[in-house]
Amino acid sequence: MKLSYRTLLATSLIACLPFVASAQTLRIGLAEDPDMLDPTLARSFVGRLVFMSLCDKLFDIDEKLTIVPQLATGYEWSTDSKALTLKLRDGVTFHDGEKMDAEAVKYNLERHKNLKGSSRSGELRPITSIEVIDASTVRINLNAPFAPLLAVLADRAGMMVSPKAAQALGEKFSNSPVCSGPFKFADRVAQDRITLERFGAYWNKDAVHFDKVIYTPITDATVRLANLRSGQFDFIERAASSDIASIQKDAKLKFSKITEIGYQGITINTGKNDRAQSQPLGQSAKVREAFELSLDRAGIVQVAMDGQATPGNQWVAPNNSYYSKNVPVPKRDLARARALLKEAGVTNPTFTLMTPTTSDSQKIAQVVQAMAKEAGFNIKIQSTEFATSLSLADKGDFDAYILGWSGRADPDGNLYNFVGCKQPNNYAGYCVPEVDALLNDSRSKLKPAERLAAYQGIAAQMNKDRPIVYLYHRDWLWAYTNKLSGVREVPDGLLRVTGLKLN
Amino acid sequence: MFTFFVRRLVTLIPTLVFVSMLIFSLQQLLPGDPALVLAGEDPSPEAIAHIRATLHLDDPLPVRYGYWIAGVLQGDLGESARTHQPVLELILQKLPVTLELALLALMIALIISIPAGIVSAVYKGGALDTGATVFALTGLSTPNFWLGIMLILLFSVELGWLPASGYVSPFENLSANLAAMIMPAFVLGNAIAASLMRHMRSSMLQELGADYVRTARAKGLSERVVVLKHALRNALTPVITLGALELGTLLSGAVLTEQVFTIPGFGKLIIDAVFNRDYAVVQGVVLVTATTYIMLNLFADMAYFVLNPRLRK
Repeated sequence: MKLSYRTLLATSLIACLPFVASAQTLRIGLAEDPDMLDPTLARSFVGRLVFMSLCDKLFDIDEKLTIVPQLATGYEWSTDSKALTLKLRDGVTFHDGEKMDAEAVKYNLERHKNLKGSSRSGELRPITSIEVIDASTVRINLNAPFAPLLAVLADRAGMMVSPKAAQALGEKFSNSPVCSGPFKFADRVAQDRITLERFGAYWNKDAVHFDKVIYTPITDATVRLANLRSGQFDFIERAASSDIASIQKDAKLKFSKITEIGYQGITINTGKNDRAQSQPLGQSAKVREAFELSLDRAGIVQVAMDGQATPGNQWVAPNNSYYSKNVPVPKRDLARARALLKEAGVTNPTFTLMTPTTSDSQKIAQVVQAMAKEAGFNIKIQSTEFATSLSLADKGDFDAYILGWSGRADPDGNLYNFVGCKQPNNYAGYCVPEVDALLNDSRSKLKPAERLAAYQGIAAQMNKDRPIVYLYHRDWLWAYTNKLSGVREVPDGLLRVTGLKLN
Repeated sequence: MFTFFVRRLVTLIPTLVFVSMLIFSLQQLLPGDPALVLAGEDPSPEAIAHIRATLHLDDPLPVRYGYWIAGVLQGDLGESARTHQPVLELILQKLPVTLELALLALMIALIISIPAGIVSAVYKGGALDTGATVFALTGLSTPNFWLGIMLILLFSVELGWLPASGYVSPFENLSANLAAMIMPAFVLGNAIAASLMRHMRSSMLQELGADYVRTARAKGLSERVVVLKHALRNALTPVITLGALELGTLLSGAVLTEQVFTIPGFGKLIIDAVFNRDYAVVQGVVLVTATTYIMLNLFADMAYFVLNPRLRK
C-alpha cells in the first residue's frame, strides 16, 4: 500500500511540472466546443470568444456598449447617411505578414457578403459596394441609411482575414485561420482544445501579456468550475448560477457578473401558421396580456436563475440606453389577469409550452406553469431536445416556446430578425406593417434620440400584440483565479485577452 | 481451413452493407432539420439553402446514401458540417484515446477483481468475503458521473495531486498522460471490477469444489498451490472472456466518464455530433465502431477455429 501511495505521489508531482513551466499561458474553459473558425461562416456564440483573441475587427464595443476603434481608427457618415467612410490603422499586418489595408477590407466585406454559406450576408445586406479611396481609407456604400452598421462591424462581420490565405485555403480556411488579432492559430483538436500563440507583430503588442492562449470546452458547469479550482484553468465563462455563492466564498477566485445584451423570453405563435388560431393564446391579445400579468418576473429569476439575472420586458435590458421607458416592466396582477380572461371569454385557456431540455429552460417552464395556473391557465410543458424544438418552431408547430438570444450590441440585432415580417428568426409569425415601418425607421436614423423614438413606438405596439413575452436578461457569470487582472466586463459576454495579466 | 476463412470473409460483406444502410437510415429518423441547427444563431435563408445543397438534404434517401457510400468506398467519410474537419481525421484523433482509456480501465478492473474474487471464494462466508461483496455492490451501484466528480474534488481540487482534466498524448508526455487518465480509468474500471469480481468468485468456488482440486489436496499440496496453481487457471477462463466482452462495451460506453473528465474520445465525439445533427460524423463513428465489432467477432471465430480441433472436422 505504501509503495502505491508513493508512486501515485511521484506520478502526480511529475505531472504537475509542465503546468508550473507554462506560466505564460492563459487557459480558458469554454461551455461548448466552437464551430468553424472562419468569421464569415461561423454560427455559434462560443466561437466568438475564440475570435476575440484570433481576429481583430474594424471596431469593438466597450463596457458601456460604445463603439470604439480597433482596425478602423475613425469613421464618417456621408450627409445622406448612405455611405460610411472608414480610416484604417496604419502598419497592421495579418498573421501571415500580408498587409491589412483598404484592399483587404474590401475583399473581406465582399467575402462576408458573397461567400457561399456565409452567415454574415444578412447583416451586411444594405451594402451595395465597397470603394478603396486610398491604402488606408475605404468607403462603404449603402442602399439606404443603416444605423446598426457600426455595431455590425464591431462583431464577426467586421473581422478581417488575410485575403491571400483565404484564397489559398478556400474551404479549408477554417481549419487554419489567418487573421490579425493578438494571437495566431496554432492547433485545434476537436472537443479538446484550441491553441493560439502570441502574434509578435501585433499592432497593440504591449497590451498582450501571454505567449499562448488555450481554449478548452467543458460542457458541464460544475466540472468546469472544478477545473478552475484545481488550477487547470485561469478563467471560465458561464459559471452556473447555483455555484456563485461558493465562488464568492473562495478566496482564490474572483468573479464577474455582467448583465447580458441578449434576453430570455417566451415566443408565442401568433401567426406563423393555422395553429396560431387554434388556441386562445395565439388568437387573442387579451389572453396574452393576461398570461403576462400572471407572471412574477422577479420570482422566475429567483427560482430559475438563483437571482443571477435582471427582470425585463423588452429586447434590451432596462439599463440599456435604448430601453423604452414608456413600457415599464409590468407587476404581477392576478385579479386583472383573471378579468382579462373573462373579457376574452376563456376562463381556463389551455396551451402547450415547448421548452428545450436545458436546465434553465426547464425551470422557467415549471415556474411559469405554476404562476399562470393561479390566473386560470392550464399549461402543458413539452420538453424537446434543442435541435428538434428549433425545427418545430420554424414550422410553427408550437403554441409557446421558451427561447433565449445571446444578443447584439445594437438593439436592431435583437429585434429586426425576430419581429420583422418574414424575417428568419420570426418564429411568432408576427407581421404588423406599423412595426415594420418603425423598424426601418430605426435603421435609417443615425441620432440615438431619433432611434429611441422609433423603438418606443415599437415597444408600445408590441406591448399590445405580445408576440414575445420577454422575461429577463441573464448575467454573464465569469469566474477566474485571483491572480488574473485586467478583466474587462463587456456586456456581450466575450472576454478580451488584451490587457489581461497573470500576477 | 482456408475455405472456412474465405467463407467467413465473404459473409462479412453483406453484413457490412446492411450495417451501413441501417446506420444511414436510422439517423434520418432523428427529428429536427439539420440545416436549421447547423445554420446557428443567424439562420439567413441563403446559409440554410447552402447547407441543404452541400449536404444533399433535398435529395431522396437512396440518393443521399449513394453519395455517402461512394465516398466511404474511396476512404472518404466526408467532413464535419460544423467544423469542416474531415471525419476520418476526427476518428483517427479520438480512437486511440478511447482505446487507451478502455485498456487502462480493464487493467484496473482485473487488478481489483481477480484478487478480490479469489479471497472472497477462499474465505467464503467470512469477513473478507462479506467485505469484498460490499465493495463489489458499492462499485456496481455508484454512478460513474458522481464518482468522477468526487474524485476530481478530492484529488484535483482538495489535494491538487492530479489534473482535473486535460488529455495529454502518451507520446508527448507519458507521466502527464497517466496522471490525466488514472481517474477516468479508475471510474470506468471500478464499475466493471464489481461484476468481474462476482464472476471470479463464483467460478473459483465451482473449481474449488471440483474433483481434481480434492485430488490435489489429497496429494498433500499446500492450499496456496492448490488455489493459485490449479484452481485459478481454470477459473480465469470465463472471467477473461467476460473481460474481453467488457472491453467492447467500454469502447462505446465511456460517454459519461469522457464528459466528466473531458477526455476527447469517441463518446464525446458522437454525443456532440448527434446533438448538432452533424450527420457525417455520426455515420462515420458508428460505421467504424460497428466494423470494429464485426472484425473482432471474426478474429474470435478464427481463434476458436485454430484452438479447438473439434471445429476443424
